[in-house]
Amino acid sequence: MSKQVSTEIDPKIAEAARHAPKPGMDNIIEMNGVNKWFGQFHVLRDINLKVKQGERIVVCGPSGSGKSTLIRCINRLEEHQAGQIVVDGIELTNDVKKVETIRREVGMVFQHFNLFPHLTVLQNCTLGPIWVQKRPQREAEETARKYLERVRIPEQANKYPGQLSGGQQQRVAIARSLCMNPRVMLFDEPTSALDPEMIKEVLDVMVGLASTGMTMLVVTHEMGFARTVADRVIFMDEGQIVEENTPEPFFSNPQHERTKLFLSQIL
Amino acid sequence: MSFVANDYKPEQPPPRKESGALGWARANLFNSWFNTALTLLALYFLIETVPPLIRWLFIDAVWGLVGPDVCREADGACWSFIRLKYRQILFGTYPFDQQWRPLIAMILIVSVALLSCIRRFWQPWMVGVWIATLFIYITLLGGGVFGLRPVRTELWGGLPLTLMLAFVGIAVAFPISVLLALGRRSDMPIIKAICVGYIELIRGVPLITLLFMASFMLPLFMPSGVSIDAVLRAQVAIIVFVSSYLAEVIRGGLQALPKGQYEAAHTLGLSYWQMQRKIILPQALTISIPPIVNTYLGLFKDTSLVAIISLTDLLLATRQSFADPEWRRFFVEAYIFVALIYWVFCYYMSKYSQYLERVLNTGHKR
Repeated sequence: MSKQVSTEIDPKIAEAARHAPKPGMDNIIEMNGVNKWFGQFHVLRDINLKVKQGERIVVCGPSGSGKSTLIRCINRLEEHQAGQIVVDGIELTNDVKKVETIRREVGMVFQHFNLFPHLTVLQNCTLGPIWVQKRPQREAEETARKYLERVRIPEQANKYPGQLSGGQQQRVAIARSLCMNPRVMLFDEPTSALDPEMIKEVLDVMVGLASTGMTMLVVTHEMGFARTVADRVIFMDEGQIVEENTPEPFFSNPQHERTKLFLSQIL
Repeated sequence: MSFVANDYKPEQPPPRKESGALGWARANLFNSWFNTALTLLALYFLIETVPPLIRWLFIDAVWGLVGPDVCREADGACWSFIRLKYRQILFGTYPFDQQWRPLIAMILIVSVALLSCIRRFWQPWMVGVWIATLFIYITLLGGGVFGLRPVRTELWGGLPLTLMLAFVGIAVAFPISVLLALGRRSDMPIIKAICVGYIELIRGVPLITLLFMASFMLPLFMPSGVSIDAVLRAQVAIIVFVSSYLAEVIRGGLQALPKGQYEAAHTLGLSYWQMQRKIILPQALTISIPPIVNTYLGLFKDTSLVAIISLTDLLLATRQSFADPEWRRFFVEAYIFVALIYWVFCYYMSKYSQYLERVLNTGHKR
């Protein structure tokens, strides 16, 4: 775990992130009494979480604590069985149209990138805009190149994902999500599958994104990242939110015993 | 003990392999006493079999247009038999003076098939070209319009019939099997049950049974006066049979895809059909190319089973060609000839599938 803590964020980028727009007043995500089971296993227990427009939240916790499941419920990659999830004013139900609408507003970055290996980097980025948002190809490509520039790999546009390094692939995955102009970005352990040397290039991109005022929910163990950009840190254990605070008191003065134990092991 | 490297070692080429024919032979044929023995044994067999075969096939063979008595005197193959009977083998029972029609039809369909192999022509309008080609093909064979003499389908035969059954089978079974494979993985219980039932029922019976049912039992259930053409029934039986096999092959490809591909597609907001068309099927079908082509090669050769419902396909036409008592003993030549025809088509399909695998593989470095 020590390697993750040692990953320093570029100070210039971090400084920009500190001057990011402050979160708004409106809730873009509301989870009320959300429960979920995998078979008999109660994976999410009475989750109540409100995320404001522009807020950046880091979710951490031991493995199996339900943090991935929590954010995967927000774009319905997992279905919750009880409670209510409202994203941008739309309640998640079995209505496929509503689910598709919400997915268009919510971008997601996965641990294992999940790029489409049969498409070039550029095609990966333009697929959603062209087919889901029905934008003209030229316009979609311009947007894609802009975001590839932002994640600092414009020169890889015509390569296939299999030809890129892990860090580059993850940055393409971020660009692919951004091309859909999402209102919320979910990150599911985006650096866990990366070599130490590549974690930094992905974190820099994420910090840069935070400074644009994007609403972000990030499941990660990168505590440097949490300190730099998070407005709030949520600690989960056994399917419930155990502690929730702004980064400074969360790290320096954790309240719950489980949080103290967790932090003592990774810091 | 500590160690610090003071410089990086330069890159060097790999060691050269043992070169030359002799070096290769030593490394591959004579590298142990057992391999040496095997090599010598194989050489012995080749010396024993290849020269006589070549003598029989070419040197002692009868190439001229001569009668069966001359052939009987010769020691080699009787190719004059093929020269005399090739039209019967190729076109079966099709009326002799009208055989230019199936010839043009075959040239047309093979040309269109070759064109479809070129990547530049993988366009939606190619479907229209194929439908038009098929229409022209059937019109040429069947006649009855544009002053072409009508020829009943019972008389269609030989290679044109085989090609039609195979090409139409390949083309029509493919979309059906994709739908069956998707249906079998569907969340909708009724659709899933229908697909599973279809696949398991059809895969459980031999093609011959299906052909029999299509040609003898189906008419019993039809209202009197309604009859479906024999070739069409055989064609449908082949399509039904092959699509069930192909569906399982494609399902294998679908299952090989990681769940993350579906999740990424969902996350972008793609609908079910967009996801299948743009993300899932292109990858699943590319993975499945070798077994798909396997199934197609099987289909191509299985068309010869239509002989059992008295359609004169290429193989039955060949058998009929040496029914003449005078020529009966030259069946080997006939089979060699027809085997060569089957082999050319199958070999080309196999080669093309290898090419496809190469150009469609982007998952790794190119």
